[in-house]
Amino acid sequence: MLSSKIIKKIQEETKKYPENRQQSAILYALNLVQHENNGFLTTGLMDEISDLLEMPKVSVYEVATFYSMLETSPCGRNNVAICTNISCMLRGSDDIVKHVEGRLGIKMGESTTDGRIYLKKEEECLAACCGAPMMQVNHVYHENLTVKKVDEILDNLK
Amino acid sequence: MKSDELNLNCYATLNLNQPWSLNTYKSTGGYEAWKTIIENKPSPDSIINLVKESGLRGRGGAGFPSGVKWSFMPKDAETKYLVCNSDESEPGTCKDRDILRFNPHSLIEGMAIASYAMGVKVAYNYMRGEFMDEPAIRFKNALKEARDEGLIGANIRGSGIDFELYDHVGAGAYICGEETALLESLEGKKGLPRFKPPFPASYGLYGQPTTINNTESLASVPKIVKNGVDWFQSIGKPNNYGTKIFSVSGHVVRPGNYEIPLGTPFSELLDLAGGVSEGRKLKAVIPGGSSVPVVPGDIMMDINMDYDSIAKAGSMLGSGAVVVMDETTDMVKVLNRISRFYFAESCGQCTPCREGTGWLYRMLNRIIAGEGSDADLDRLHDVASKIGGTTICALGDAAAMPVLSFIKHFKQDFEFYVKGYNQKQVAGG
Repeated sequence: MLSSKIIKKIQEETKKYPENRQQSAILYALNLVQHENNGFLTTGLMDEISDLLEMPKVSVYEVATFYSMLETSPCGRNNVAICTNISCMLRGSDDIVKHVEGRLGIKMGESTTDGRIYLKKEEECLAACCGAPMMQVNHVYHENLTVKKVDEILDNLK
Repeated sequence: MKSDELNLNCYATLNLNQPWSLNTYKSTGGYEAWKTIIENKPSPDSIINLVKESGLRGRGGAGFPSGVKWSFMPKDAETKYLVCNSDESEPGTCKDRDILRFNPHSLIEGMAIASYAMGVKVAYNYMRGEFMDEPAIRFKNALKEARDEGLIGANIRGSGIDFELYDHVGAGAYICGEETALLESLEGKKGLPRFKPPFPASYGLYGQPTTINNTESLASVPKIVKNGVDWFQSIGKPNNYGTKIFSVSGHVVRPGNYEIPLGTPFSELLDLAGGVSEGRKLKAVIPGGSSVPVVPGDIMMDINMDYDSIAKAGSMLGSGAVVVMDETTDMVKVLNRISRFYFAESCGQCTPCREGTGWLYRMLNRIIAGEGSDADLDRLHDVASKIGGTTICALGDAAAMPVLSFIKHFKQDFEFYVKGYNQKQVAGG
């Protein structure tokens, strides 16, 4: 169920757009609701958003499955996305991935069994190429990664 | 490179205290151009002509003259939009993120001026979803400061000028950097590029005339209006005026964003970045983001960083993302990673791109696994040639160009794999 606070925030966001163009707030709504639901969307939540923004349910599902930041199946509560695109690859991101997969005992695209960490499937360029290798953890960028730095960040996740 | 040639425009606040704040921006002459417009209300055409005359070319990738683009907007339309493309996602590119983080007011002022010139009353800044933490918050805070200062809003300072600017955050999709996909996304849909014509200037956001400009292009405008055409043309060279931000990444000592005059020799830019890591030799450079053709290192050392020089060398200035690769780089693995990217990011509308990008990626996987043949090299070329120019948007061309150029310039790397000498090379250095 969407809380009244969330509903109010989404309704406030629709004011940025012209009359009858409230659908423009869909990405805002999905990002927000996903955040409140520990990192993923459910059909029930998406249906509530479709009612709120007066758009067909299928249009909400389409959008939710198109964008890479939106998760439509259950996953770990901390989203860890390691960039492996060229600038990061040239500076050792493959080693970072290997280390993290080994340490967590999961592959990219999987979550730890305790539900603590979701290791996002291979991540594309996140526009922090001069700080390569980098990763994003719950929307926060961490740059110039070393194995030690990655361990510290992962250890601090609740 | 002298220090007084660095950060002359979009990064002018970079080394100051709290570079993102309104006060810091004002201390560099920020908002003077906009305030003069609010007071004097010059004819909108005079602003368009000024930007045309300055020779400012789009900083997002295509290099199209910004003033000319603005002049395509119909004069008589009641509702029009300006949309800033801050969906920075081209691999290697990270310059706009730093404009948003460190000088968001330059973008706000640029958008205000551009909107006035085109008769636009409502504008949006579309930022990629991954920017939602730091860059988007900085931009949003700057918007509030500008609104509180009476620089944006309704009837600004009693002038009768209305200008509203809103932030809009995406949710992860490279294709939304294509301008019509961005409009679809802004309307709350999947980011599928639209067939053109009609072009956005006649049918854009919500079906209304719309201009889409890159973040750096718009952030470059205030200083052009304030300091004039002569100032702008004192930087750079004919047909390539002004500064450009280059994101230098990969095998260099000091990766970073460097705002330098267009036309600066590549060798000077490489020096700024501390040279090639560990004193190694330069093998190759992608001069403008993953979509543009790769250039061999020795050719690169002789060319200047501007639209025309890089085009003459067979590549493009693109977004200004300079990916440097040293002599240990395995070009097949780099191309494989690039191809994976386009395969993952193709929206799937056009068959040549949807099927072709996957085909290229699978062939490269096969080659790396030591199971490729000479025929695969020909086939890579053939498939890539058939994607380019056959799709609705430029993602197809972007997927094809790296393949064609990597094989053209580094065929020996590919032959190394297909001829069975598949011993491990160093990919990362």
